[in-house]
Amino acid sequence: MYGNAYIDPNDKAAAMLAGEDPQKLDAFEKRIAAGEKIEPKDWMPREYRKQLIRMIEQHAHSEIIGALPEGTWITRAPGFRRKLALMAKVQDEVGHAQLLYSAAETLGKSREAMINDLITGKSKYSNVFNYPAFTWADACIIAWLIDAGAIINQVANAKGSYGPYCRALDRICTEESFHLKYGHDNVVTLATGTQKQREMVQGALTRWWPPIMHFFGPSDKISNHTEILMRWKVKMASNDDMRQQFLNMYVPKIWDLGLVLPDPNLKKNDAGIWEYTEPDWEEFKKVINGGGPCNAERLAVRRNAEERGRWVREALNTSESKYIVPLA
Amino acid sequence: MIKSLDPRVTRAEIEIENPIAPLNELDQWETYEVFHQKKRGDQHMHVGIVHAPNAEMAFLFGKEQYGRRGFSVNIWVVKTRDVFASEYDDSDIFDTVPEKQYREAGGYKVMEKINKYKKGV
Ligand SMILES: [Fe+2]
Ligand SMILES: [Fe+2]
Repeated sequence: MYGNAYIDPNDKAAAMLAGEDPQKLDAFEKRIAAGEKIEPKDWMPREYRKQLIRMIEQHAHSEIIGALPEGTWITRAPGFRRKLALMAKVQDEVGHAQLLYSAAETLGKSREAMINDLITGKSKYSNVFNYPAFTWADACIIAWLIDAGAIINQVANAKGSYGPYCRALDRICTEESFHLKYGHDNVVTLATGTQKQREMVQGALTRWWPPIMHFFGPSDKISNHTEILMRWKVKMASNDDMRQQFLNMYVPKIWDLGLVLPDPNLKKNDAGIWEYTEPDWEEFKKVINGGGPCNAERLAVRRNAEERGRWVREALNTSESKYIVPLA
Repeated sequence: MIKSLDPRVTRAEIEIENPIAPLNELDQWETYEVFHQKKRGDQHMHVGIVHAPNAEMAFLFGKEQYGRRGFSVNIWVVKTRDVFASEYDDSDIFDTVPEKQYREAGGYKVMEKINKYKKGV
Protein backbone atom coordinates (compact mmCIF):
# COMPACT_ATOMS: atom_id res chain seq x y z
CA MET A 1 0.00 0.00 0.00
CA TYR A 2 1.09 3.56 -0.72
CA GLY A 3 -1.07 4.69 2.20
CA ASN A 4 1.39 6.65 4.29
CA ALA A 5 3.68 7.93 1.59
CA TYR A 6 4.03 11.68 1.23
CA ILE A 7 2.20 12.85 -1.84
CA ASP A 8 3.33 15.96 -3.58
CA PRO A 9 0.07 17.90 -4.05
CA ASN A 10 1.32 19.07 -7.44
CA ASP A 11 1.94 15.55 -8.68
CA LYS A 12 -1.50 14.68 -10.00
CA ALA A 13 -0.41 11.28 -11.25
CA ALA A 14 0.85 10.20 -7.83
CA ALA A 15 -2.22 11.66 -6.14
CA MET A 16 -4.56 9.73 -8.41
CA LEU A 17 -2.96 6.41 -7.46
CA ALA A 18 -2.43 7.17 -3.79
CA GLY A 19 -3.79 4.57 -1.42
CA GLU A 20 -4.68 2.05 -4.12
CA ASP A 21 -3.85 -1.59 -3.47
CA PRO A 22 -0.88 -2.25 -5.80
CA GLN A 23 -1.87 -5.86 -6.43
CA LYS A 24 -5.42 -5.03 -7.39
CA LEU A 25 -4.22 -2.10 -9.46
CA ASP A 26 -1.86 -4.38 -11.31
CA ALA A 27 -4.56 -6.96 -12.08
CA PHE A 28 -6.87 -4.16 -13.19
CA GLU A 29 -4.29 -2.68 -15.55
CA LYS A 30 -3.39 -6.10 -16.96
CA ARG A 31 -7.04 -6.76 -17.73
CA ILE A 32 -7.31 -3.51 -19.63
CA ALA A 33 -4.02 -4.04 -21.45
CA ALA A 34 -5.33 -7.46 -22.57
CA GLY A 35 -8.35 -5.70 -24.14
CA GLU A 36 -10.85 -6.99 -21.57
CA LYS A 37 -13.65 -4.74 -20.35
CA ILE A 38 -14.23 -3.59 -16.79
CA GLU A 39 -17.73 -4.29 -15.45
CA PRO A 40 -19.65 -2.35 -12.77
CA LYS A 41 -18.88 -4.50 -9.74
CA ASP A 42 -15.20 -5.05 -10.58
CA TRP A 43 -12.59 -3.46 -8.40
CA MET A 44 -11.45 -0.19 -9.93
CA PRO A 45 -9.21 2.70 -8.84
CA ARG A 46 -11.11 5.61 -7.28
CA GLU A 47 -9.83 7.97 -9.92
CA TYR A 48 -11.01 5.68 -12.73
CA ARG A 49 -14.50 5.69 -11.27
CA LYS A 50 -14.44 9.45 -10.70
CA GLN A 51 -13.23 10.35 -14.18
CA LEU A 52 -15.69 7.99 -15.86
CA ILE A 53 -18.65 9.34 -13.88
CA ARG A 54 -17.64 12.88 -14.79
CA MET A 55 -17.19 12.01 -18.45
CA ILE A 56 -20.29 9.87 -18.98
CA GLU A 57 -22.46 12.23 -16.98
CA GLN A 58 -21.35 15.25 -19.03
CA HIS A 59 -21.96 13.26 -22.17
CA ALA A 60 -25.50 12.47 -20.99
CA HIS A 61 -26.17 16.13 -20.15
CA SER A 62 -24.92 17.14 -23.61
CA GLU A 63 -27.43 14.84 -25.26
CA ILE A 64 -30.36 16.15 -23.28
CA ILE A 65 -29.40 19.83 -23.59
CA GLY A 66 -28.48 19.29 -27.25
CA ALA A 67 -32.10 18.42 -27.90
CA LEU A 68 -33.06 22.04 -27.08
CA PRO A 69 -31.41 24.03 -29.90
CA GLU A 70 -32.56 21.42 -32.41
CA GLY A 71 -36.01 21.19 -30.89
CA THR A 72 -36.35 24.92 -31.59
CA TRP A 73 -37.08 24.07 -35.22
CA ILE A 74 -39.43 21.09 -34.91
CA THR A 75 -42.57 23.17 -35.29
CA ARG A 76 -41.17 25.12 -38.22
CA ALA A 77 -39.14 22.54 -40.13
CA PRO A 78 -39.97 22.93 -43.83
CA GLY A 79 -42.40 20.16 -44.72
CA PHE A 80 -44.03 17.29 -42.89
CA ARG A 81 -41.31 14.75 -43.63
CA ARG A 82 -38.59 16.99 -42.17
CA LYS A 83 -40.72 17.63 -39.07
CA LEU A 84 -41.04 13.89 -38.57
CA ALA A 85 -37.35 13.30 -39.19
CA LEU A 86 -36.27 16.07 -36.81
CA MET A 87 -38.61 14.78 -34.13
CA ALA A 88 -37.15 11.30 -34.54
CA LYS A 89 -33.63 12.70 -34.26
CA VAL A 90 -34.45 14.71 -31.16
CA GLN A 91 -36.07 11.65 -29.62
CA ASP A 92 -32.88 9.70 -30.35
CA GLU A 93 -30.80 12.34 -28.57
CA VAL A 94 -32.99 12.20 -25.47
CA GLY A 95 -32.71 8.41 -25.65
CA HIS A 96 -28.93 8.75 -25.78
CA ALA A 97 -29.09 10.73 -22.56
CA GLN A 98 -31.06 7.91 -20.92
CA LEU A 99 -28.55 5.30 -22.08
CA LEU A 100 -25.64 7.34 -20.82
CA TYR A 101 -27.23 8.21 -17.47
CA SER A 102 -27.75 4.46 -17.01
CA ALA A 103 -24.10 3.72 -17.78
CA ALA A 104 -22.96 6.39 -15.30
CA GLU A 105 -25.38 5.06 -12.70
CA THR A 106 -23.65 1.68 -12.68
CA LEU A 107 -20.66 3.53 -11.23
CA GLY A 108 -22.67 4.59 -8.20
CA LYS A 109 -24.04 8.09 -8.89
CA SER A 110 -27.84 8.15 -8.98
CA ARG A 111 -29.75 9.72 -11.84
CA GLU A 112 -31.35 12.17 -9.42
CA ALA A 113 -27.90 13.34 -8.30
CA MET A 114 -26.80 13.82 -11.91
CA ILE A 115 -29.91 15.80 -12.82
CA ASN A 116 -29.51 17.93 -9.70
CA ASP A 117 -25.93 18.72 -10.69
CA LEU A 118 -27.06 19.65 -14.18
CA ILE A 119 -29.86 22.01 -13.20
CA THR A 120 -27.82 23.81 -10.57
CA GLY A 121 -25.04 24.36 -13.10
CA LYS A 122 -22.55 22.23 -11.18
CA SER A 123 -22.00 19.78 -14.05
CA LYS A 124 -20.98 20.86 -17.52
CA TYR A 125 -22.27 19.83 -20.91
CA SER A 126 -20.98 20.39 -24.42
CA ASN A 127 -20.33 24.07 -24.97
CA VAL A 128 -21.83 24.17 -28.48
CA PHE A 129 -25.35 23.88 -27.09
CA ASN A 130 -25.05 27.25 -25.42
CA TYR A 131 -25.40 28.87 -28.83
CA PRO A 132 -28.75 29.57 -30.48
CA ALA A 133 -30.08 28.03 -33.71
CA PHE A 134 -31.15 31.26 -35.42
CA THR A 135 -32.54 29.76 -38.61
CA TRP A 136 -33.58 26.40 -40.02
CA ALA A 137 -30.14 26.26 -41.64
CA ASP A 138 -28.53 26.39 -38.18
CA ALA A 139 -30.46 23.26 -37.23
CA CYS A 140 -29.19 21.61 -40.44
CA ILE A 141 -25.56 22.54 -39.71
CA ILE A 142 -25.93 21.18 -36.16
CA ALA A 143 -27.40 17.90 -37.40
CA TRP A 144 -24.61 17.44 -39.90
CA LEU A 145 -21.44 18.86 -38.37
CA ILE A 146 -22.02 18.77 -34.62
CA ASP A 147 -23.23 15.20 -34.95
CA ALA A 148 -20.19 14.44 -37.13
CA GLY A 149 -17.95 15.69 -34.33
CA ALA A 150 -19.90 13.73 -31.76
CA ILE A 151 -19.54 10.57 -33.84
CA ILE A 152 -15.75 10.90 -33.98
CA ASN A 153 -15.68 11.26 -30.22
CA GLN A 154 -18.17 8.43 -29.63
CA VAL A 155 -16.52 5.95 -31.99
CA ALA A 156 -13.21 6.54 -30.19
CA ASN A 157 -14.76 6.15 -26.74
CA ALA A 158 -16.66 3.00 -27.75
CA LYS A 159 -13.28 1.27 -27.74
CA GLY A 160 -12.67 2.29 -24.13
CA SER A 161 -12.41 -0.04 -21.16
CA TYR A 162 -15.68 0.41 -19.27
CA GLY A 163 -18.23 -2.16 -20.46
CA PRO A 164 -21.51 -0.29 -19.84
CA TYR A 165 -20.22 2.89 -21.52
CA CYS A 166 -19.00 0.95 -24.56
CA ARG A 167 -22.31 -0.86 -24.92
CA ALA A 168 -24.27 2.40 -24.70
CA LEU A 169 -21.99 3.99 -27.28
CA ASP A 170 -22.36 1.11 -29.73
CA ARG A 171 -26.10 1.57 -29.62
CA ILE A 172 -25.75 5.35 -29.93
CA CYS A 173 -23.36 5.16 -32.90
CA THR A 174 -25.85 3.05 -34.85
CA GLU A 175 -28.46 5.80 -34.46
CA GLU A 176 -25.97 8.57 -35.22
CA SER A 177 -25.51 7.28 -38.75
CA PHE A 178 -29.10 8.37 -39.44
CA HIS A 179 -28.43 11.80 -37.90
CA LEU A 180 -25.40 12.35 -40.07
CA LYS A 181 -27.19 11.36 -43.28
CA TYR A 182 -30.22 13.43 -42.36
CA GLY A 183 -28.07 16.49 -41.58
CA HIS A 184 -25.99 16.14 -44.71
CA ASP A 185 -29.10 15.77 -46.86
CA ASN A 186 -30.54 18.98 -45.40
CA VAL A 187 -27.34 20.96 -45.90
CA VAL A 188 -26.94 19.67 -49.47
CA THR A 189 -30.54 20.63 -50.22
CA LEU A 190 -29.91 24.20 -49.09
CA ALA A 191 -26.47 24.46 -50.68
CA THR A 192 -27.72 23.26 -54.06
CA GLY A 193 -30.91 25.30 -53.85
CA THR A 194 -31.82 28.91 -54.57
CA GLN A 195 -29.53 31.88 -53.95
CA LYS A 196 -31.46 32.62 -50.77
CA GLN A 197 -31.07 29.06 -49.48
CA ARG A 198 -27.33 29.15 -50.18
CA GLU A 199 -27.02 32.41 -48.27
CA MET A 200 -28.90 30.89 -45.35
CA VAL A 201 -26.67 27.85 -45.09
CA GLN A 202 -23.52 29.91 -45.57
CA GLY A 203 -24.64 32.21 -42.77
CA ALA A 204 -25.27 29.29 -40.45
CA LEU A 205 -21.91 27.70 -41.27
CA THR A 206 -20.09 30.96 -40.58
CA ARG A 207 -21.86 31.29 -37.23
CA TRP A 208 -21.21 27.70 -36.20
CA TRP A 209 -17.59 27.37 -37.29
CA PRO A 210 -16.06 28.83 -34.09
CA PRO A 211 -18.14 26.58 -31.78
CA ILE A 212 -17.33 23.61 -34.02
CA MET A 213 -13.60 24.34 -33.67
CA HIS A 214 -14.13 24.51 -29.90
CA PHE A 215 -16.03 21.23 -29.89
CA PHE A 216 -13.13 18.88 -29.10
CA GLY A 217 -11.69 21.19 -26.46
CA PRO A 218 -8.30 22.89 -26.15
CA SER A 219 -5.07 21.00 -26.87
CA ASP A 220 -4.41 18.49 -24.12
CA LYS A 221 -1.41 19.11 -21.98
CA ILE A 222 0.35 15.79 -22.05
CA SER A 223 0.83 15.08 -18.37
CA ASN A 224 1.32 11.87 -16.40
CA HIS A 225 -2.29 12.28 -15.44
CA THR A 226 -3.57 12.05 -19.04
CA GLU A 227 -1.09 9.27 -19.72
CA ILE A 228 -2.65 7.18 -16.98
CA LEU A 229 -6.15 7.93 -18.27
CA MET A 230 -5.04 6.77 -21.69
CA ARG A 231 -3.47 3.61 -20.24
CA TRP A 232 -6.79 2.94 -18.47
CA LYS A 233 -8.62 3.54 -21.75
CA VAL A 234 -10.74 6.29 -20.26
CA LYS A 235 -9.36 8.85 -22.67
CA MET A 236 -9.03 7.32 -26.11
CA ALA A 237 -7.67 10.09 -28.30
CA SER A 238 -6.23 13.55 -27.79
CA ASN A 239 -8.44 16.55 -28.49
CA ASP A 240 -6.15 17.68 -31.29
CA ASP A 241 -6.20 14.23 -32.92
CA MET A 242 -9.96 14.22 -32.95
CA ARG A 243 -10.06 17.77 -34.35
CA GLN A 244 -7.65 16.75 -37.13
CA GLN A 245 -9.77 13.74 -37.93
CA PHE A 246 -12.86 15.93 -38.14
CA LEU A 247 -11.21 18.51 -40.40
CA ASN A 248 -9.86 15.79 -42.62
CA MET A 249 -13.22 14.16 -43.08
CA TYR A 250 -15.49 17.18 -43.35
CA VAL A 251 -13.66 20.24 -44.69
CA PRO A 252 -13.40 18.66 -48.18
CA LYS A 253 -17.13 17.83 -48.08
CA ILE A 254 -17.94 21.44 -47.08
CA TRP A 255 -15.71 22.86 -49.84
CA ASP A 256 -17.31 20.44 -52.32
CA LEU A 257 -20.54 22.37 -51.88
CA GLY A 258 -18.80 25.66 -52.66
CA LEU A 259 -19.29 26.88 -49.10
CA VAL A 260 -16.69 29.09 -47.45
CA LEU A 261 -15.19 28.52 -44.02
CA PRO A 262 -14.46 31.71 -42.07
CA ASP A 263 -10.77 30.96 -41.50
CA PRO A 264 -8.28 32.21 -44.11
CA ASN A 265 -5.53 30.05 -42.56
CA LEU A 266 -7.37 26.77 -42.88
CA LYS A 267 -5.44 24.42 -45.14
CA LYS A 268 -3.90 20.99 -45.21
CA ASN A 269 -0.11 21.25 -45.23
CA ASP A 270 2.35 19.03 -47.09
CA ALA A 271 2.66 16.75 -44.08
CA GLY A 272 -1.10 16.10 -44.24
CA ILE A 273 -1.81 18.11 -41.09
CA TRP A 274 -4.57 20.70 -41.06
CA GLU A 275 -3.45 24.19 -40.14
CA TYR A 276 -5.94 26.68 -38.76
CA THR A 277 -6.23 29.88 -36.78
CA GLU A 278 -6.11 28.99 -33.10
CA PRO A 279 -9.71 29.09 -31.79
CA ASP A 280 -10.54 31.75 -29.22
CA TRP A 281 -10.17 29.76 -26.02
CA GLU A 282 -11.04 32.77 -23.85
CA GLU A 283 -14.47 32.83 -25.47
CA PHE A 284 -14.71 29.06 -24.90
CA LYS A 285 -13.92 29.48 -21.20
CA LYS A 286 -16.36 32.34 -20.84
CA VAL A 287 -19.21 30.35 -22.39
CA ILE A 288 -18.53 27.10 -20.54
CA ASN A 289 -18.59 29.03 -17.27
CA GLY A 290 -22.06 30.34 -17.92
CA GLY A 291 -21.41 33.41 -20.07
CA GLY A 292 -22.76 32.13 -23.38
CA PRO A 293 -25.84 33.43 -25.18
CA CYS A 294 -28.11 30.53 -24.11
CA ASN A 295 -26.69 29.02 -20.90
CA ALA A 296 -29.31 30.56 -18.64
CA GLU A 297 -32.20 29.66 -20.93
CA ARG A 298 -31.08 26.06 -21.35
CA LEU A 299 -30.91 25.41 -17.61
CA ALA A 300 -34.13 27.31 -16.90
CA VAL A 301 -35.93 25.14 -19.45
CA ARG A 302 -34.53 21.95 -17.89
CA ARG A 303 -35.51 23.08 -14.39
CA ASN A 304 -38.96 23.95 -15.62
CA ALA A 305 -39.39 20.51 -17.19
CA GLU A 306 -38.25 18.76 -14.01
CA GLU A 307 -40.51 20.89 -11.84
CA ARG A 308 -43.65 20.61 -13.95
CA GLY A 309 -43.24 16.87 -14.31
CA ARG A 310 -42.58 16.30 -10.64
CA TRP A 311 -46.18 15.76 -9.53
CA VAL A 312 -46.66 13.08 -12.19
CA ARG A 313 -43.53 11.23 -11.13
CA GLU A 314 -44.55 11.49 -7.49
CA ALA A 315 -48.10 10.31 -8.17
CA LEU A 316 -46.78 7.22 -9.91
CA ASN A 317 -44.26 6.38 -7.23
CA THR A 318 -45.20 3.53 -4.95
CA SER A 319 -43.98 3.23 -1.41
CA GLU A 320 -42.60 -0.21 -2.09
CA SER A 321 -40.11 1.04 -4.73
CA LYS A 322 -36.52 0.48 -3.77
CA TYR A 323 -33.50 1.70 -5.62
CA ILE A 324 -30.56 -0.53 -6.30
CA VAL A 325 -27.74 0.14 -8.72
CA PRO A 326 -28.50 -1.31 -12.17
CA LEU A 327 -26.54 -4.39 -13.20
CA ALA A 328 -24.98 -3.54 -16.52
CA MET B 1 -40.08 35.42 -18.64
CA ILE B 2 -37.95 33.84 -21.36
CA LYS B 3 -38.42 35.21 -24.87
CA SER B 4 -36.92 32.35 -26.81
CA LEU B 5 -36.20 31.60 -30.46
CA ASP B 6 -38.17 28.45 -29.68
CA PRO B 7 -41.88 29.34 -29.72
CA ARG B 8 -42.59 26.35 -27.47
CA VAL B 9 -40.30 27.75 -24.80
CA THR B 10 -41.86 31.23 -25.05
CA ARG B 11 -45.35 29.73 -24.75
CA ALA B 12 -44.34 27.80 -21.62
CA GLU B 13 -43.80 31.15 -19.79
CA ILE B 14 -40.63 30.18 -17.97
CA GLU B 15 -38.87 32.47 -15.51
CA ILE B 16 -35.16 32.66 -16.18
CA GLU B 17 -34.51 32.57 -12.43
CA ASN B 18 -36.49 29.54 -11.36
CA PRO B 19 -34.63 27.69 -8.65
CA ILE B 20 -36.29 24.40 -7.76
CA ALA B 21 -35.95 21.96 -4.90
CA PRO B 22 -33.52 19.16 -5.69
CA LEU B 23 -34.97 15.88 -6.91
CA ASN B 24 -35.41 13.45 -4.06
CA GLU B 25 -34.21 9.90 -3.93
CA LEU B 26 -36.44 7.68 -6.12
CA ASP B 27 -37.80 10.71 -7.98
CA GLN B 28 -36.72 8.82 -11.10
CA TRP B 29 -38.09 5.53 -9.73
CA GLU B 30 -36.26 2.23 -9.58
CA THR B 31 -34.78 0.40 -12.55
CA TYR B 32 -35.89 -2.52 -14.68
CA GLU B 33 -33.60 -4.65 -16.80
CA VAL B 34 -34.87 -4.94 -20.37
CA PHE B 35 -34.50 -8.05 -22.53
CA HIS B 36 -35.57 -8.31 -26.13
CA GLN B 37 -35.90 -10.98 -28.77
CA LYS B 38 -34.68 -9.89 -32.20
CA LYS B 39 -36.73 -12.40 -34.12
CA ARG B 40 -38.86 -15.44 -33.36
CA GLY B 41 -36.64 -18.39 -32.58
CA ASP B 42 -33.83 -16.28 -31.08
CA GLN B 43 -32.94 -16.15 -27.40
CA HIS B 44 -33.98 -13.06 -25.49
CA MET B 45 -31.00 -10.78 -24.90
CA HIS B 46 -30.30 -8.13 -22.29
CA VAL B 47 -30.31 -4.69 -23.94
CA GLY B 48 -30.19 -2.23 -21.03
CA ILE B 49 -32.28 -0.64 -18.32
CA VAL B 50 -35.13 1.79 -17.91
CA HIS B 51 -36.36 3.73 -14.89
CA ALA B 52 -40.04 3.11 -14.22
CA PRO B 53 -42.62 3.16 -11.43
CA ASN B 54 -44.14 -0.20 -12.41
CA ALA B 55 -43.81 -3.05 -14.89
CA GLU B 56 -46.32 -1.66 -17.39
CA MET B 57 -44.48 1.65 -17.63
CA ALA B 58 -41.15 -0.18 -17.77
CA PHE B 59 -42.51 -2.10 -20.73
CA LEU B 60 -43.63 1.12 -22.47
CA PHE B 61 -40.28 2.83 -21.88
CA GLY B 62 -38.41 -0.34 -22.86
CA LYS B 63 -40.31 -0.59 -26.12
CA GLU B 64 -39.69 3.10 -26.86
CA GLN B 65 -36.01 3.06 -25.87
CA TYR B 66 -34.90 -0.28 -27.30
CA GLY B 67 -37.61 -1.35 -29.74
CA ARG B 68 -38.45 1.71 -31.81
CA ARG B 69 -36.48 0.74 -34.88
CA GLY B 70 -38.01 -2.62 -35.63
CA PHE B 71 -35.23 -4.76 -34.21
CA SER B 72 -37.45 -6.54 -31.67
CA VAL B 73 -40.40 -8.90 -31.77
CA ASN B 74 -40.74 -9.41 -28.01
CA ILE B 75 -39.67 -7.63 -24.83
CA TRP B 76 -39.29 -8.69 -21.20
CA VAL B 77 -38.78 -6.33 -18.28
CA VAL B 78 -37.55 -7.48 -14.88
CA LYS B 79 -36.99 -5.41 -11.75
CA THR B 80 -33.26 -5.00 -11.25
CA ARG B 81 -33.64 -5.99 -7.62
CA ASP B 82 -35.23 -9.29 -8.60
CA VAL B 83 -32.17 -10.40 -10.56
CA PHE B 84 -29.84 -12.66 -8.63
CA ALA B 85 -26.44 -12.27 -10.26
CA SER B 86 -23.03 -13.81 -9.73
CA GLU B 87 -20.11 -11.61 -8.78
CA TYR B 88 -17.18 -11.11 -11.15
CA ASP B 89 -14.98 -11.57 -8.10
CA ASP B 90 -16.27 -15.12 -7.84
CA SER B 91 -15.66 -16.02 -11.46
CA ASP B 92 -13.34 -18.80 -10.26
CA ILE B 93 -16.50 -20.84 -9.75
CA PHE B 94 -16.21 -21.56 -13.47
CA ASP B 95 -12.54 -22.55 -13.27
CA THR B 96 -12.89 -26.33 -13.10
CA VAL B 97 -15.03 -26.50 -16.23
CA PRO B 98 -12.17 -27.26 -18.68
CA GLU B 99 -11.17 -30.31 -16.60
CA LYS B 100 -14.58 -31.87 -16.97
CA GLN B 101 -13.89 -33.50 -20.31
CA TYR B 102 -16.49 -36.20 -19.59
CA ARG B 103 -19.11 -33.53 -20.33
CA GLU B 104 -17.78 -32.90 -23.82
CA ALA B 105 -18.25 -34.82 -27.05
CA GLY B 106 -14.49 -34.44 -27.58
CA GLY B 107 -13.87 -36.31 -24.35
CA TYR B 108 -14.79 -39.62 -26.03
CA LYS B 109 -12.32 -41.20 -28.48
CA VAL B 110 -14.11 -44.31 -29.77
CA MET B 111 -12.33 -44.51 -33.12
CA GLU B 112 -9.08 -45.43 -31.43
CA LYS B 113 -10.77 -48.36 -29.74
CA ILE B 114 -12.60 -49.44 -32.91
CA ASN B 115 -9.45 -49.34 -35.02
CA LYS B 116 -7.53 -51.32 -32.41
CA TYR B 117 -10.32 -53.87 -32.27
CA LYS B 118 -10.48 -54.19 -36.09
CA LYS B 119 -6.72 -54.79 -36.28
CA GLY B 120 -7.00 -57.47 -33.60
CA VAL B 121 -9.80 -59.44 -35.27
FE1 LIG C 1 -26.57 11.73 -29.64
FE1 LIG D 1 -26.97 12.68 -32.89
